[in-house]
Amino acid sequence: MATIANTHELMKPVDEALVTGGRTFQELTDDVARPLETFPTLRWWVCFIAAICAFFIGACCLLSTFQNGVGMWGLNQPVGWGNDVTTFVFWVGIGHAGTLISAILFLFRQKWRTGINRSAEAMTIFAVMTAGLMIMSHTGRVWLAAFWLFPYPNQRGLWPNFRSPLEWDVFAVSTYFTISVTFWYMGLIPDIATIRDRAKNKIRKIALTVASLGWRGSNKQWHHYEAAYLIFAGLSTPLVLSVHSVVSFDFAVSQLPGWHTTIFPPYFVAGAIFSGFAMVLTLLVIAREAFGLKHYITMDHLEKMNKIIMTTGLLVGYSYASEFFIAWYSGSVFERFCFINRAFGPYWWSYWTMVSCNVFIPQLFWFKRFRRSIPAMFIVSLFVNIGMYFERFVIIVTSLHRDFLPSSWAIYIPTWVEWGIFFGFIGFFFIFFLLFIRFLPAIAISEVRGVMDQPQKGASNV
Amino acid sequence: MSNSSIASQSHGSTSNDIPSGVVGFFDDPESLIDATHRVRESEFGKHFDCFTPYPVHGLETAQGLTRSRVPYVTGVFAFTGTTLAFLWEYSASKTWWPHVIGGKPFNSLPAFVPIIFELSILLGGVSTFFAMLYFNKLPNFSKRAFDHSLTTNRFAIMLENPPEDPNDDEGANRFDFAQAEQLLKTLGAKDVRKVYEEGWF
Repeated sequence: MATIANTHELMKPVDEALVTGGRTFQELTDDVARPLETFPTLRWWVCFIAAICAFFIGACCLLSTFQNGVGMWGLNQPVGWGNDVTTFVFWVGIGHAGTLISAILFLFRQKWRTGINRSAEAMTIFAVMTAGLMIMSHTGRVWLAAFWLFPYPNQRGLWPNFRSPLEWDVFAVSTYFTISVTFWYMGLIPDIATIRDRAKNKIRKIALTVASLGWRGSNKQWHHYEAAYLIFAGLSTPLVLSVHSVVSFDFAVSQLPGWHTTIFPPYFVAGAIFSGFAMVLTLLVIAREAFGLKHYITMDHLEKMNKIIMTTGLLVGYSYASEFFIAWYSGSVFERFCFINRAFGPYWWSYWTMVSCNVFIPQLFWFKRFRRSIPAMFIVSLFVNIGMYFERFVIIVTSLHRDFLPSSWAIYIPTWVEWGIFFGFIGFFFIFFLLFIRFLPAIAISEVRGVMDQPQKGASNV
Repeated sequence: MSNSSIASQSHGSTSNDIPSGVVGFFDDPESLIDATHRVRESEFGKHFDCFTPYPVHGLETAQGLTRSRVPYVTGVFAFTGTTLAFLWEYSASKTWWPHVIGGKPFNSLPAFVPIIFELSILLGGVSTFFAMLYFNKLPNFSKRAFDHSLTTNRFAIMLENPPEDPNDDEGANRFDFAQAEQLLKTLGAKDVRKVYEEGWF
């Protein structure tokens, strides 16, 4: 982006090989376009049908909820939030890795982001969609939710309470979704143009021409495009940090022991990056195998992601410890009780699952052997996904189930309807992700070209 | 692709047949930047553009492009978002229907900040996208790409035939195709051709 006068300095090959196998521009385009131009494999269909089946189960459970009300769930008097809000926070958290990779790593000039940013951004968008659907559903009467959530002029002159963190959340998540989609689409324009120029089928060509907005790649266009890209990165960086901070305000602004802590915004943001990277890793390990993208999503890329997972895992672990320390140091009996109850109360198993998955298991990544082992990182990433689900479960349920008045204590057990919805949303997410890798370039081709070995003067690359 | 868009060698007589320019292809970004410097110094330096499959850094300096104006649009709209969000929250909470909630003042400015922030980003971001489209003349359905390799692995300079000058009756400054082709060849272009303007569909 920066205008650098010395062009020869730019022509030097980048220090580390971000693309291996001595690929040329043509081979890069071929490799990325292949899955889009061939009939999907059997494996793709199996995954796709499985995702649709999972979503169908979830849809039936949602229907049952909408018909009968949230009484179909295991929620009770002190535990007013359960699996529903846990699932929402889980997916919103996952939706943070994409923007981190596309925006923050861009500002830090981390060139390795180019191989993974497109699929991570796609994952972000689908995760936020899933979260949005979940948070709409948790209102129980989803057909009215839009009227409660979004401020609109009405004849009664009613407005939502703008001082409420729940209302901030509506703005934060919908802004985040809009900006992520726009940023993602802007990045796609030149790549859709590449695919368009290869298209043989007439209808396909017309569709891609429209989707690429007739992009021609003139330098005057690139000039404004890059300026806009930098601004998007600059806007998305505070945005991504704000979204999970605002989600954490949903809890932190309340008076409840276990929620009412100032550490929540950074703690949630670190957890979001942690869970998002784990999900990106889970998906990329599969995608690079299935679509032959090993030259572009290399072991070095994966190792760097593992380092981030370990770092954010340590941050999350520090937050767990800090919460306990502050609970003791505060001198508040309710705070102390809440945290002792978390670790040793009836939900002790969820707490220790969380600590094991999020703090202990990622320690494997201190060793290079594990950071560069596909099976090891895949298993660790799955554990982190599970651990981060339990983190939200622990925060929400263990803080609620034993409140100030022992006579109102209760145990929350999710019903099968809630689990059905949970799995249905996993299916929902994968339907979109599978369609994405089938129809759109999963690697940011034009960005990867900039970090590859450049064609040298005199050598023909055609 | 688009063999039809590759110019024939003969000059047409009607205005529709006049090529919109001459294009020369290069295989590597370094040659492109060197050639761009030279084109800019030549008599064709006022009306030309480069085509690349990815943003080649250093090319904007070579081409003499000034700073993009996209950031100004972002700034104006982001500030509009800030102002409107505050006015909206203030009016709804204080003027339109004041409510005491949690003992907080009607104008609870600190509590209004998150939405002010989000709406600033929202308007700034969306306006950035549309500003990018506006400055880039997108969506573009009137000028089709003239070679598929330009979105894959080749680079090009196009010397554009400028719109005719009404004061130039004698055609003294008319675009000289032969000279343009000659210039691109001297600069090392691998493949030099005339292009005609053609829509996508």
